[in-house]
Amino acid sequence: MKLFEKFEALAATREHLLAMGPLPFGVVTERILSPTEGIVEGRRTILAGTNNYLGLTFDPACIEAGRQALTDEGTGTTGSRMANGTYAGHRALEEEIAAFYDRRHAIVFTTGFAASMGMVAALAGPDDVLLIDADSHASIYDGCRLSGAEIIRFRHNNPEDLAKRLRRLGERAARTLVVSEGLFSMLGDQAPLEEIVAVKDEYGAALLLDEAHSMGVFGERGRGLAEARGVEDGVDFVVGTFSKSLGSVGGFCVSKHPQLEIVRMASRAYIFTASPTPSIVASTRAALRLIRARPELRTRLWENARRLYAGLAECGFELGPEPGPVVAVFVDDPERAIRSWHRLLDAGVYVNLVIPPATPDNRALLRCSISAAHTPAQIDHIVEAFANLDAAAGAVAGTA
Amino acid sequence: MASYDECLQIIRELAEPFADEGVTIEEESVLGAELGLSSLRTLELVADLEDRLDVSLPLNALPGVRTVGELARLLEKASGGNEG
Repeated sequence: MKLFEKFEALAATREHLLAMGPLPFGVVTERILSPTEGIVEGRRTILAGTNNYLGLTFDPACIEAGRQALTDEGTGTTGSRMANGTYAGHRALEEEIAAFYDRRHAIVFTTGFAASMGMVAALAGPDDVLLIDADSHASIYDGCRLSGAEIIRFRHNNPEDLAKRLRRLGERAARTLVVSEGLFSMLGDQAPLEEIVAVKDEYGAALLLDEAHSMGVFGERGRGLAEARGVEDGVDFVVGTFSKSLGSVGGFCVSKHPQLEIVRMASRAYIFTASPTPSIVASTRAALRLIRARPELRTRLWENARRLYAGLAECGFELGPEPGPVVAVFVDDPERAIRSWHRLLDAGVYVNLVIPPATPDNRALLRCSISAAHTPAQIDHIVEAFANLDAAAGAVAGTA
Repeated sequence: MASYDECLQIIRELAEPFADEGVTIEEESVLGAELGLSSLRTLELVADLEDRLDVSLPLNALPGVRTVGELARLLEKASGGNEG
């Protein structure tokens, strides 16, 4: 069929990858054992690529809340938030997420992708400008395309470049939505939020911040990087997800602006999809309570992250710029990265393989994400598996 | 404000380090197929061109740009070089 011709290059890549062993993209966890372990390829495997930052997927309170809602409210809502799909739980979750962020308004979406895409697409229109970090997530890029606004990129994490581009816009800067992320998901680097907020304030632009990977991870109360950097007042819209630190699925936007209630009626990603299931809403609410009640989870996450970062750095690997829950190992040659990924899996360690063009530059990444639920012994096993790549294969490029 | 020819000259200068070795950069050269620029490299080149001319090229305009000449036209327009 002619329609499939455009996928020929992708199909060839897939065949090539399959010839090298299990397909790294969409690997099957045959049985999930805990937040940090599963059976993969018949082997007990440490999961170090899950975004389960606080390890809450098996928390008894979250499971019980979900189980109760499943019993009481059924398997799904079968409808949109705008029609029959808003239950008391959805509204309560919105109130609780708004209170958590100390904002007055919140919208809950069915997925994190829908939240960032839907907000970007709804907030900016044909007369507006979207000024986005060049390394933005796919959901932000897709939202930009759907918005009809003029789309301009600024150099990744570069406030000077942002300022330059706002200056060039002149009066249009006041109709500009700047979009950045707290923690960037590929390299684990953090946005210079103090500078970004100062720049957008200087030019009178608005700021949407995606805290998907930083919620529950940064800040005294776990609200994200904006809290940690003391710039929450300068962020107009925070979007995020329930599928990482909160261990469920869904997304949200919170804002101090009362007009968020109007955006609810304009965001197609919010309107034209079924609302989150009652059990998801219930387990998310339970997890949100745990973020507040158990700050020690964050402490443990950071201890683990620093332990992994230090261990891999000691082995000589080239890593993302700073320690954090995402630790990216650079590999110059994608072929070598694929072989290394297989060897890690053979050694009982699952990480994320990322190859161009999904990477910020032309190198590949072996991306580790760490959980508060990892034990120090598991972290040491991950480091050992990486260290053994050298001996087994002549190495991951980037090792000293 | 830069003319079409000036934009062309700047592209030649800045694209050279990105392009495949030995390739001559002509007006009709296709950025991807002939110069060997990946989509990532093309965006890096665009960022360098924006800096040089102190303009911002909207991403929306880039899918319509296939050749060096088309990129020069876009830059000329963005820099106000073809006004009037």
